[in-house]
Amino acid sequence: MSDTTIDTPVAPPKTTLTVTLDGRTGEANPGELLIAYAERMGTYIPRFCWHPRMREVGMCRMCLVEIDGPRGPSLQPACMIPVAEGMKVSTESPVVKKAQDGVLEFLLVNHPLDCPVCDKGGECPLQDQTLTFGPGESRFVEEKRHYEKPIAISDLVYLDRERCILCDRCTRFSKEVAGDPLIHFMSRGNQTEVNTFPDDPFSSYFSGNVVQICPVGALTAKPYRFTARPWDLDQVESTCTSCAVGCRVVVQSSGDRITRYQGVDSDDVNWGWLCDKGRFDFEAISSSGRFTHPMVRKEKGGIATQSTWFDALERTASVFRNTPADQVGVIGGARLTNEDAYAWAKLLKGFLRIDNVDAQLGDGLGAQFIVGTPQATITEAANASVVILLGPDLKEELPILFLRLRDAATNKKVPMVEISPKGTGMSRYVRQSLVHRAGEAPVLVSALVSALTTPADRQLAGVEADLINAAAQTINAALASGKGNGKVVIVAGRTSLAESASSIEEAVHALLAKFGAAASVLGAPRRANVRGALDMGLAPGMLPGRVSLAQGLDWFRSHWGNVPQMPGRDTLAMLKAAAAGEIKALVLLGADPLSDVPDAQLVAAAFAKVDHVIALDTFENASTGFASVILPAAGYAEKAGTTTNLEGRVSRLVPKVNAPGIARPDWMIAVELAVRLGHDIGFESVEEITAEIARVAPSHIGLDLSAPGAVDGVVVPLATIVADVPVAEASVGDVPVAGESAESAEIEIADDTPAVISVPPLVVSVAPKPSVVPQPDSYSLRLVSGHLLYDAGTIVSNSPSLAKLAPAASVHLNPGEIERHGLKAGQQVRVLSQRTSIELPVVENVQVARGSAFVAFGQLGGAAQALIDLDELAASGMIKVRLETVEARP
Amino acid sequence: MPSSLKMISSRWDLTDGHTLAKYRETGGYEALRKSLAMEPEAVVEEVKGANLLGRGGAGFPCGTKWGFLPKDVFPRYLVVNGDESEPGTYKDRLLMEKDPHQLIEGVLIAAWAIRAKQAFIYIRGEMALAHERLASALNEAYAAGIVGKNVMGTDWSMDVIFHFGAGAYIVGEETALIESLEGNRGMPRLKPPFFPAVKGLYMQPTVVNNVETLANLPWIMNNGAAAFTAIGDPKAPGTRLFALSGHVNNPGVFEVDFGTTTFRELFESPLYGNGIREGRKVKAFIPGGVSAPWFFEEHLDMPLHPANVGAAGSMLGSGAIVVMDETTDMVKAAWRIVKFFSKESCGKCSPCREGTNWLEKIYKRMLDGHGRPADIDLLMDVADNISPGLAWPPRQTTICPLGPSAASPIASSVRRFRDEYEAYVAHATPSLVGTPVQLMQTSRVA
Repeated sequence: MSDTTIDTPVAPPKTTLTVTLDGRTGEANPGELLIAYAERMGTYIPRFCWHPRMREVGMCRMCLVEIDGPRGPSLQPACMIPVAEGMKVSTESPVVKKAQDGVLEFLLVNHPLDCPVCDKGGECPLQDQTLTFGPGESRFVEEKRHYEKPIAISDLVYLDRERCILCDRCTRFSKEVAGDPLIHFMSRGNQTEVNTFPDDPFSSYFSGNVVQICPVGALTAKPYRFTARPWDLDQVESTCTSCAVGCRVVVQSSGDRITRYQGVDSDDVNWGWLCDKGRFDFEAISSSGRFTHPMVRKEKGGIATQSTWFDALERTASVFRNTPADQVGVIGGARLTNEDAYAWAKLLKGFLRIDNVDAQLGDGLGAQFIVGTPQATITEAANASVVILLGPDLKEELPILFLRLRDAATNKKVPMVEISPKGTGMSRYVRQSLVHRAGEAPVLVSALVSALTTPADRQLAGVEADLINAAAQTINAALASGKGNGKVVIVAGRTSLAESASSIEEAVHALLAKFGAAASVLGAPRRANVRGALDMGLAPGMLPGRVSLAQGLDWFRSHWGNVPQMPGRDTLAMLKAAAAGEIKALVLLGADPLSDVPDAQLVAAAFAKVDHVIALDTFENASTGFASVILPAAGYAEKAGTTTNLEGRVSRLVPKVNAPGIARPDWMIAVELAVRLGHDIGFESVEEITAEIARVAPSHIGLDLSAPGAVDGVVVPLATIVADVPVAEASVGDVPVAGESAESAEIEIADDTPAVISVPPLVVSVAPKPSVVPQPDSYSLRLVSGHLLYDAGTIVSNSPSLAKLAPAASVHLNPGEIERHGLKAGQQVRVLSQRTSIELPVVENVQVARGSAFVAFGQLGGAAQALIDLDELAASGMIKVRLETVEARP
Repeated sequence: MPSSLKMISSRWDLTDGHTLAKYRETGGYEALRKSLAMEPEAVVEEVKGANLLGRGGAGFPCGTKWGFLPKDVFPRYLVVNGDESEPGTYKDRLLMEKDPHQLIEGVLIAAWAIRAKQAFIYIRGEMALAHERLASALNEAYAAGIVGKNVMGTDWSMDVIFHFGAGAYIVGEETALIESLEGNRGMPRLKPPFFPAVKGLYMQPTVVNNVETLANLPWIMNNGAAAFTAIGDPKAPGTRLFALSGHVNNPGVFEVDFGTTTFRELFESPLYGNGIREGRKVKAFIPGGVSAPWFFEEHLDMPLHPANVGAAGSMLGSGAIVVMDETTDMVKAAWRIVKFFSKESCGKCSPCREGTNWLEKIYKRMLDGHGRPADIDLLMDVADNISPGLAWPPRQTTICPLGPSAASPIASSVRRFRDEYEAYVAHATPSLVGTPVQLMQTSRVA
C-alpha cells in the first residue's frame, strides 16, 4: 500500500448501521470493519494478518465470510470490509467453513508443525485456530519448504522462516508503526520469505513487538527463547517503569523468575507496543548485581560487608538523629513507587523536617515547572492542532511516546515543529525541525513567537529566517485550519544536558504566554516515576499533591503534625553544599548521582567530603560504592503500589515475584526508620498509604484505581476535583502564566481533623529569570548531550541482552565539521572542555549541527558527565569544547 | 467471417510503420487533432457510443470505465497496461513494436477525454524492442510538440511516462500494476476499497486501459462511433487481435472482425491459422489465455464473441488462443499451466501461494509415476479451495484471479479427460519419496 495516502477513519460515528450477522441483527458503527463488529457482537472470526493497530491487508484469507450482494453471496475478507447498511453476513455457512478449512490447510502445508519444540506452542493462534476451525489431518504428502532455521534478524530476534505464514504483521509493523522498514518480503510466490537485507539487520528499538504480534512461532526473542512454556507462565498486569511513558504490560513469570513482558493494548498509552529496553530489561531483575542483604561499610573507602536489617537501620537512624535537618540531603526517588515516595516524604518532611530533598538529579526541569504547567495527555498531544517539540530525542528517551507522536504526524497528519540543538528521531516526521545553537532555545522561541505575526528577517540562534517563518506558518495554518482538538501541545524536557534547565523553562513559558489557554505541556522527563516522586513532594519547597511548602503549611501541619521550616536545596545545590562541608549526610533514594548528575566531578567532591552516604538501592552502582550503609530495596515486579507517568497518569504496579534475599520495599524502610526515630507514621501497608494519598495529597484527592474504567490508570488531578481545588496566583515572580485563581473550596475531611482547613492550591509554574545567552565563539564547538536508549545505566548493564547493544562513548560531529577539522570518521580525537579532556572516536552524524559536538550522556566511560561543568553552564549558558587530533599510537 | 480489414494492424506490414514520418503520412495524429477540438466529454461520448470493449481481459466497455471517475477529483491518472505476459499472449507487444505512435495517439486521446495530465505506460520488462520503439516514438512525439507542453499547439499539456516491469506476471493485474508503479512489490490490492477509478495510483482516481483498447481510439475518432459499431457484432464491435498459438499451421497475431468470426474460421482459414498441423483433429483449445477454462471440438463453430464464450463457461480474456491437437497429453498440458501460475503467484494470499504450489507438486508427482488414485479428487478439492465451486465466472478465496486461474485447466482437464489422469495413477509406484531435503537459500546471520 502507498505509505502516505490512506485516510484513517477519524469521524465519530453519527448514526449506526443495521447489519445482520448469522441471522442476528445488530447496530454497527459506520467505518467499523466487519471483523471488529463481529467480535464486538461475540462472534470471533478467525484471523492471522489483521491487527487492529495496523492497516489491514487481507493476506491470510482466514477471515473469509459470505456477504450477500447483488450477485448472490460472495466470499470476502471480514478484515477489509467496512460494515454497510443492510449488510447480511454469514460466518458459518458451509461455503465459509470450507474456505476456512481450506485456508488453514494451505497455511499448514508448508508449516513444520514443530509445535513440541516451538516457543509459541500453547499460545499460538495457528495452533488454536487449527484446533477450533481446521481439518484434523493434512492431505499434503510432499516435501515441505525448507530454510535454514532460525536466523538472527537482529541482536534480539530470531526468525524461523519455515514457521512463517507470511501474514505481513512484522513487516507492516516495522514500516508503518516503527518507521524502521528493515524487514521485508523477499522473493515471490511460494518462495516468498521475510528477511532483512544483507548487512542491514532489524536493529530497531521496537523489534520485540514483532515477536509479540507474530501469529506463529516464526519470530522469537532471544531473551525468552526456550525459558518457559506458556502454560507454565503465571501473569499479572502492571505498568512498565523503564521510562516515564508508563506502558501497560503483562508481567509473566515462571518459578518466581520473570521471564517475559508483553505489551497491553492500552488506548491511552502504549497501544500494545513496548520498546526493546522496556521489554527485555526484565533480565536485570534476577541479575547478580542485585543487593540481597543490608551492607555496612565501616570506614570510608573500606569494603562493605553484609549486615542485618537491625544493624543497618540502627546506623541509618542514628545518622538522622545526630545530623541537623539542614545538614542532611536526600537525593532521588524516581525509582520509587508513589507510596514509597509518599512514605519517605512524610518521614523526611513531616517528622524530620528535612527539605533538602530532590527526586531529580540535576538532569530534569524544575519541580515547580513540571507539576505547575497546564498538563496535556499523550492522547491530547496525538490529536492536537499543532505540537511543538521542545524536549529530548523521544526515540531515544521515551520510545513509545515517539511511536504515538510518529503515528500522529504520519497517519493523522498532526503538524509538528521541533526545536532542538540536534536533530532527533522525530525530525523526519515534523514539518520543520529548527536546530538551534546549543543554549539558545529562548532566543529561537522568541523569534518564532514574533514570526507568528511579523516574519523574521534574519538568522537567529543559528536558524535561517526562512525556516523560522515556515515553522510560524505551520503553526498559524494549523490553528486556523480548525483541525485537531484546538490545542497547542508543547512536549517539554531537557533537550540537552549541556544546556541549562531554565533556558527550556523560559522557552516553554514564552510559548505558554503566547498561546494562552490553548497551550498545554506534555512533560518529557526521563526517569520512570519522577513525576510521581515530585507529586509526592520529593522536591525542595514542595509537599505531596503538587502544593508548595508555603501554601501547604496549614494543611499538612493538620495531617502530619509538622513540615520543614523553610525550602531546602535541590540536588545540585545539595552537592555543592556537601562539597563545601555544609551538608554532612547524603541519603540516596535509589539514585546514582555519580553516573547521572551532569557534573561527575562535583558529585565526587561531595562524596569525598560528607560523613555519611546512605543508599537505598536495588543494584550495585557507582555511587553505592561510597555508601556507608546500603539498604537493599525491593524493585520492579517485586512490590505493589502505583506509579505516575509523564502525563500525570497514576496506574498500578503489581508484584509478581519475591524480592531477592531480604530486600524490602522502600516504604517499609521508611516505616521502620520512623519507628526507630520515635514517630508513628500512620500506615502499615501499601493500601493504607494509597488511601492516605487519596485523602491528603491535594492533586490526588478522590483518586480510586479500583473504580470502573481505571484499569489503565487515571490522570490526576481528577477533572471533577480540579474544579474544587483552587489554583492560586503565583507566589513568586510577576505574571501568572497559566491557570486562574479560584475561590478556595472548603472540603470536609472525613477524619478526626480538628478544624476544617481548606485544601491548598496546586502549584503554578512561573517563568524563570531570563537565562544567559551564550556568546558566539567560532573557535570552539558547543557541547550537546542527551541519553541514548541503551546506555551504561544500571538496568541496561544488568540485562545481558541489552548491555551489548549499548554503543561505546564517542563524539558525534556533522560531516562538515569533520571535514573542517581535517578528521575522519572513526578517528580518535581529544575533546577538551574547560575542565577536562577525554579521548573519543569520531562518529559522523548529520543530525548534529555544524558548530556542535554531541557526546551521549551516560555511556561507558562517562565522557559527557566529565565534560560538563555546571559552573560554566550557569555562567555562559553552554559548555564549550575543542577538538585535538590524537597521534596514532604505535 | 474471415476478413482482411485492418484497423489497428494496418501498419504492421510496413518496415517503417513505427516512425513518426510514416505514421503522419498514413493519417497519424489527425484523430488527436480532431479530439482536441472537441470537449473531453464529447470524446467520452463518442467512445461510449462505439461500445469499445476493453481488450485486456475483462472486456469492460472503455467509455463506461472512464465514466466511473469521480467528478472534480484531480489529479487523476491514465495508466496503460502493457504488461502482457500470459503464456500465448503477444498482441500488445506487436502493437508497441510495429505501431508505437498509434498507441501514443490513443493515450493522448484517452488522457484528453478523462482530463488527465499524466499517463504512465507500464511495459513488460522483457519486451526490449517494444521499449526501444516506443521510446524513440515518444521522443519523436515530444520533439514534434505532440506530447509535452502545449500538445499540438493547444493550451493543454501532458506527459507520458514509461515504466518497465521487472518480470512479474501479476503486475498485469491492474491494482498490482499500480502498486508496482508506486515502487512497491507488485501485489494486488483488494477491490473494494481500492477500485482504481476511485483509489488508484497514489490513491488518486486512475483509469487503467489495455494497449489494444487505446490503439483503437484513433480509428474511432477518425471514423466515428457509427462506423466502428458497423464492424463486427454490435455487442462486440470493431476488430480484435487474437494471438493464435499451438498446433496450427500458421500461428500468429490476427486481426479479425470481433463477435462474428468463429473459432473454426480462425483455426482453419488460410488468412489465419490455416488448419491444424498434419491434418489432425482439435482435442481442446484455450479460448482466452491460459487462465481460461478450456473448449473442445463442440465449441469450434462458436463465434469469437464474449457473450457466447462467457455463456459456454469460459472467456476470450486477453485474446490468446492455444490449440491442442489430438496428440496432446492433457495431464502434462494442465501441469504446465499450473506450474506457470505457481511460479507467478505473488505470494500475498495463502490459498494461491500455498495452493498453486501444492497443486504443481501433485502434478509433478503424478507425472513422475508416483500418483495415487486419490490424487485426482485431491487436485479438484485443492483447486476448489482456491476457487470455490470451480464454476465460471470463478469465485475466489483470493484477492485477485491469479489463484483461480490455476484452477481452470485442472477443472477443464479432469472433467473432460479423467481417463488420462487415471492412466497416470494406475501405473504409478506408490513411492512418495520426494526430492532430498534442500535448503532454499542460505541466509546470512545478522
